[in-house]
Amino acid sequence: MTQRRTPALLRLATPANGELRRLVLSVALATGAALAAIALLGTSGYLISRAAERPPILMLMVTIVAVRAFGLTRAVMRYGERLASHDLALRQLGRLRQRFYRSLVPLIPGGLESRSGDLLSRFVADIDTLKDLYLRVVIPGLVSLLVLISATLATWLILPTAGLTVLLSLTLAILLLPWLSGTVAFRAARRQAPARSRLTSELIEGIDGASELALSGQAVAHAERLTRSDNRLARIARSDALASSAAATAGGVLSGIGVLALLLVAIPAVHSGALSGVLLAALVFLMLAAYDSILPLSAAARSLRVCAIAAGRLQEIALQPPAVTNPPTPRQPTGTGELSVEHLSFRYEPDQPSVLNHLTLRIAPGEHVAVTGPSGVGKSTLAELLVRFNDPTGGRLTLDGIDLRELSQHEIRAAVVLCAQDCHVFNTTIRENLLIARRDATEEQILDALAIVELDEWATGLPHGLDTLMGQDGELASGGQRQRIALARTLLSDARFLILDEPTAHLDVKLAHRVMRNVLAQSSERGLLFITHDPSLAQTCDRIVALEHLPASLLCA
Amino acid sequence: MASPVDRQLIGESQAARTHLALAGALGVLSAALILAQAGLLADIIARAALHHVTLSAVESELIALAAVLLTRALVNGGFELSGRWGAFRVMSQLRGRLIRRLLLETPEQRPQAGRTGELATTAVQGIDALESYFAGYLPQLVLATVVPLAVIAWVITLDPITAGILALTVPILIGFMILVGKGARAQAQQRWRALALLGAHFLDVVQGLATLRAYRREDAQEQILLDVGERYRSETMATLRTAFISAFVLELCAMIGTALVAATIGVQLISGTLGLQAGLTVLLLAPEMYGPLRQVGQQFHASTDASTASEKIFRALDGLPTITRSSRPRRASNPAQAPVEFHSVDYEYPGREGSVLSGVDLELEPGLITALLGHSGAGKSTIARLLMRLADPTSGSLTCAGVDLRELDLEGWRNQIAWVPQRPTLFTGTIAQNIALCRPRATRTEIQRAAGAAGVEKFISRLPHDLETQVGEGARRLSAGQAQRIALARAFLADRPLLLLDEPTAHLDDESTQTISETIRALAHGRTTLLIVHHPLLTQLADRLHVVRFGRVDEPSGQGIANPPPIAERSRVAA
Repeated sequence: MTQRRTPALLRLATPANGELRRLVLSVALATGAALAAIALLGTSGYLISRAAERPPILMLMVTIVAVRAFGLTRAVMRYGERLASHDLALRQLGRLRQRFYRSLVPLIPGGLESRSGDLLSRFVADIDTLKDLYLRVVIPGLVSLLVLISATLATWLILPTAGLTVLLSLTLAILLLPWLSGTVAFRAARRQAPARSRLTSELIEGIDGASELALSGQAVAHAERLTRSDNRLARIARSDALASSAAATAGGVLSGIGVLALLLVAIPAVHSGALSGVLLAALVFLMLAAYDSILPLSAAARSLRVCAIAAGRLQEIALQPPAVTNPPTPRQPTGTGELSVEHLSFRYEPDQPSVLNHLTLRIAPGEHVAVTGPSGVGKSTLAELLVRFNDPTGGRLTLDGIDLRELSQHEIRAAVVLCAQDCHVFNTTIRENLLIARRDATEEQILDALAIVELDEWATGLPHGLDTLMGQDGELASGGQRQRIALARTLLSDARFLILDEPTAHLDVKLAHRVMRNVLAQSSERGLLFITHDPSLAQTCDRIVALEHLPASLLCA
Repeated sequence: MASPVDRQLIGESQAARTHLALAGALGVLSAALILAQAGLLADIIARAALHHVTLSAVESELIALAAVLLTRALVNGGFELSGRWGAFRVMSQLRGRLIRRLLLETPEQRPQAGRTGELATTAVQGIDALESYFAGYLPQLVLATVVPLAVIAWVITLDPITAGILALTVPILIGFMILVGKGARAQAQQRWRALALLGAHFLDVVQGLATLRAYRREDAQEQILLDVGERYRSETMATLRTAFISAFVLELCAMIGTALVAATIGVQLISGTLGLQAGLTVLLLAPEMYGPLRQVGQQFHASTDASTASEKIFRALDGLPTITRSSRPRRASNPAQAPVEFHSVDYEYPGREGSVLSGVDLELEPGLITALLGHSGAGKSTIARLLMRLADPTSGSLTCAGVDLRELDLEGWRNQIAWVPQRPTLFTGTIAQNIALCRPRATRTEIQRAAGAAGVEKFISRLPHDLETQVGEGARRLSAGQAQRIALARAFLADRPLLLLDEPTAHLDDESTQTISETIRALAHGRTTLLIVHHPLLTQLADRLHVVRFGRVDEPSGQGIANPPPIAERSRVAA
């Protein structure tokens, strides 16, 4: 529970194994580079002031060499720092992906409203955002702190009151500027987000429905509405830009005040002899350079807010309880029995009506059962319960007579494989997509599976055959072909029971019948549950179970 | 760095040019203030260091310095503001053009699914990518031109030797920036592509998680994720090692330049050829000169991103041919009373090989239902698009009452057509508003009557607010079948003489198809109807049935199909 209270971001920022060393290295190099730049200017100021006293040139040789050395150091350290920090960021990205992937696994499907692709893209984008946590927030933050300390110490040694001035004005800048620009940026993001998302959704609608708008005579009206939304966004953005440039101006004013304050302290000190004249220029230059090195802080503050929001969202997902958990001591299925459903009821939320009511059903090995019913009656829910993506709210499901909740999820899914309605085809080769079901499948077995769905000729006819890439979202193939690839994948598995959820929905009638015949012939040994809304296809199975909506009067009871 | 400024982007818009001019003016002002600040600061320091003066002796200079510092802060703020405001203007203009193009000039049904997402991304994010270009990179480019020129010009008057050093390092710096541009840009692009690929891979895995779990591959995939990430990291680090070298040289050049200037000034001071004030001024100016140059190098990626984005935007703007409007449009005759005919119509997608339709002759007889049957991709939907004049034939013509559709008033013709597409779009709003799309002023009773006729009433009684239920983006999602019924209700309410139905029962089961087919029969009464189908049940409705094969339309068969699938026979009741 204490974990829950720790701010998400802080825990994410804690370096993992091997990261701490790299973080220290990056910060050390970045600080070194910043200090070298400051020293370069400070020393140059001293060099010139001293030269004006016209000493023998040899007296200045050390300083001249030092100035060049600082310049060289700066460039070298900056190079090293960029390499080290990018390496760190990439390592962190890998760690975050793995970590959140692991927390996502037990939630899909079942736990999250996973069908929203939006949520998943945001999940991925949020992790990408967090990779900048070290690069843009932690490192610049630590560096400016170290610069503050070093600059204060250096000026203190030259003139204590000047040290105090530097400490005060830099601290003020470090505290005020990031806060100011962070707040302004945060406010802008909060104000712009609704306007932006409204514009986006109106645009998507407009593009999606452009022809319908043109036919209905509403195109001009919609275009005007879009222009209004665009203007609204631009108006907000303009006022936010005003605030942000005001913050930038404040930063300039602050550094100006610092330089003036330093002059007001140092000039009387030179007059009274407390400060040597040759060091005055060094002091002022040092201060100017120190300001330059804390400028990235403003950007860091903005990144910090963005990262915090992303971390919060990710944490919310990570803290969700899994839909199902493995029993502490799982039992072993015998490997010969039936898959059965006894008095099964299910509701997604306690206040929602149940989708399945006291359903009883059994599938013996070699038996082919069709489930039909109108949409929304709970056919796909039944499919997911059968592989234990969720647990029933009433009744039980058993495999070989053992309650699914007493088996490990791996054992269940080794015996029962689900080909879901929205089965994913991965952006890899056709072969890899099929091998997911069975790692050790031979070329022949793969082609056999493809033959059942009548895709063997299509696949072998492709330029790279089975090794052709499917492309993002399986764009190589049409919806129907994707579905058939997913079906072939299921058929390739050596599970005892197959649950096929609308495997032929995108196919034309004749092809659907042919494919179904092939599937049934191939699966003569195993149990098959076939979900369809097409009664003529259901006829091909041994038995038909028709699910129906409960009458409204029963729903209220 | 093929060209540091995207000419098309600048040339396209008046707002962009005004924006650039304002940035130039503020840049000049900013350069003048930099010179003034350096001069004043050097003067004060020199007098204090050499003559140990009191504060009151330099009072007026201090006040002047304070004024310059304040003005510079204000000008910098103003510079940033003008940059961003200008950027917003340019972005709004471009977005407006894109909206007009996509909605009014080429309201094409986007052929591939997924294209919508890309176009919307282009219109929103793509144009936003231009913000960092117009608000950041472009003004910085102005500064990087004005400030070094001003500094060098000023330093020549103070100390020609250091001016020479500065003038020498600038071309080296710019040369390296071009190198950074040419070499590292390709590398950087490659790197970002790899990063995007890695991101896409992760997204693919996450989206397929349910499938991975169904096949017990979720744990194995975790290891694959780790391996892919690690391989990507080591590859990226290898390219970065060389990519950062150019930045290293840039940095080194600026630093060594400053150090050289300091040493040269020092030597001249010792020999007495230069005063302290002049020396300090030059030293203060050196970093001010390198600053904007280095900044512009750092923001270079913005210019790369912007050219990628602008390429997409202009491609979207140029994409499809505009539908031509007749200069002297004629009034359309009523297609419910006059035949609509296709005369040897060919169609091919612009820029794509192969024709979608070839030599299509087709007649929609007034008052009858003409059905088109065929595989997907055979060209049925293209026939509908041509009828709606969302596209015009490559050759051949379409006529209504013998008049070429291209001679008719475009809006006038489209307003005669009620269309039920395969995947109807539901616009954000209530179900009632969606039904009333073609007739926003329809009365409540009319809307209810249309909803009843299309069978919308059956499912809305289950919804929380009946006809007033919100639908569309971010609201309740309706099933495809429900959306189709709403589109049918739209067509009922629209009450237009020509009716186009594209697979109106694609997402429905047999029972619903049966009811819908009765609905369609009612709707088609007294109108000319084109029905695109693959469901055999609906072909029973047809007065004329054509089969579309590979872009050709066969002769009509009077009734049913020559070789009907079994279901059609069983459910002949409807015929």
